[in-house]
Amino acid sequence: MSKTEFPPSITSRPVYGELEARSGSGHLMIADAEGAEAILDLAKSVDTGFWAKAHIIYIPKKTGTKFSGQLEELGASQYYAGPSYEAAQGRIRRALQDCHMGTQVYLSGTESLMGQAMAEATAAGIPHTAIQTEHRGSTARRMQCVHCKGITEDVTTDPFECSHCGLSLFVRDHYSRRLAAFQGVRVDAEDPGNIPEKVELFK
Amino acid sequence: MSAGTAKLNVTVAEVKPINDLVTRFKFVRTGGGDLPTFSGGAHTVVEMQDGDITRLNAYSLMSNPADRGAYTISVRRDDQGRGGSKFMHSKVKEGMEMVISNPVNLFSLDLRAKKHLMLAGGIGITPFMAQMHQLSMMGGNFELHYSVRTASLGTYAKELAERYPGKVHIYHDDQKEAIDLKTLLANQPLGTHIYVCGPKGMINWVHSTAEDMGWPREAVHSEEFLAPASGKPFEVKCAVSNKVVQVGEHQSLLEALEAAGIDAPYLCRGGACGQCETNVIGYDGKFLHYDHWLTDEQKAGGKHIMPCVSRFEGKTLVLDR
Repeated sequence: MSKTEFPPSITSRPVYGELEARSGSGHLMIADAEGAEAILDLAKSVDTGFWAKAHIIYIPKKTGTKFSGQLEELGASQYYAGPSYEAAQGRIRRALQDCHMGTQVYLSGTESLMGQAMAEATAAGIPHTAIQTEHRGSTARRMQCVHCKGITEDVTTDPFECSHCGLSLFVRDHYSRRLAAFQGVRVDAEDPGNIPEKVELFK
Repeated sequence: MSAGTAKLNVTVAEVKPINDLVTRFKFVRTGGGDLPTFSGGAHTVVEMQDGDITRLNAYSLMSNPADRGAYTISVRRDDQGRGGSKFMHSKVKEGMEMVISNPVNLFSLDLRAKKHLMLAGGIGITPFMAQMHQLSMMGGNFELHYSVRTASLGTYAKELAERYPGKVHIYHDDQKEAIDLKTLLANQPLGTHIYVCGPKGMINWVHSTAEDMGWPREAVHSEEFLAPASGKPFEVKCAVSNKVVQVGEHQSLLEALEAAGIDAPYLCRGGACGQCETNVIGYDGKFLHYDHWLTDEQKAGGKHIMPCVSRFEGKTLVLDR
């Protein structure tokens, strides 16, 4: 699967690029599912010394072992595969704590993964414009309910039900970098009970 | 006259020679009262009535931003310069009334930084003095690396080392001491921002070394005021005001527009801020772009000029002023 092209939207909606190897004192690469392919593509054009300074943190999700073997064989000085973002979070924080200015951060895969890892990296002190991203795989969204503030992961339909308070929410393109989530607003606020049929917008 | 450059009437409260080249000036508000607050890195534009010529030079404020009673600046005498610094050294006396602009900051601290790494060369120390006041009041994390020619020309070096023990590192050119930039930049924690003020060569060296080492461009800040370069006299037609203006050999285009009574905007007068950017309507000749504002593409495009520092050689130049 190649990188995803999103239709133009409001300025709040994040846009993603294409990973390229940049010079730096270290390379921290965080990916989930098909995001592995972005790293494998980048691997075709890097110098031999690149992987000795690289640390890959990978969450395979539904892809299982499809890419994990190839990623491990790249020979990064540290390779980690974990079951979920939550499980990898401690490692991501520790990796950011240990690196110095000059370290390059590469994020690839779903918006949920890239958004959350971006929030960690900017909190650690890297300007968000200096962090590279490439979208691969599922376009399902991480949503925040503006009413109860609960987060619902992997949203594929519009509207959808908040997994915390149960309201039917309209999926907006309005995005929060702090929360790494799109905003979901009650779809029947003005006409309670009038809930449009669900449409599968994201896969 | 320019947007955001309201004037302040001040009186010179103190003129203090610091060493062979540098003199410090202290300004208080004429008639008393507080001066506007500012943030570390800000400058003021000092107006000098030098005979028939009005000189306007930007100088960084070096006093404590929390002290609204007075502003201080330090001026290095440049005998090869156009005369502003010589005027300050020879004509400005205690008790004299002068006009300065409100402070403008084009070199402010990025307060999201977890650490501020300051690199100063020579008189480039002045903006850092205000920034260090500000950071030490806020409990900010900073480190200064200051390169000077000799100990006696190391303006404020001794007092800074005493004021901020452990945070100030002085390098003397005459003792073959130099900032080990690569080692310094290799070991900075995430969230460090670099600030550099000094000669052009030093600024370029820091930017290119940091870029090579993978530093984000957004984390490297610099300030360099250019003095307008002298050059061949030229003529400019101003389409809006319908005037033809002669620009003299030692005069900047901006100064010539002002002398002709044309209301041209400006802030820094040193090619850094972008305020004076002017559209070119037509030209036949060659631009001499000296600013840090326009991109290389814009410079090649012939549609824009920064009148504060840049010049023109050729037959005709028509500006949208």
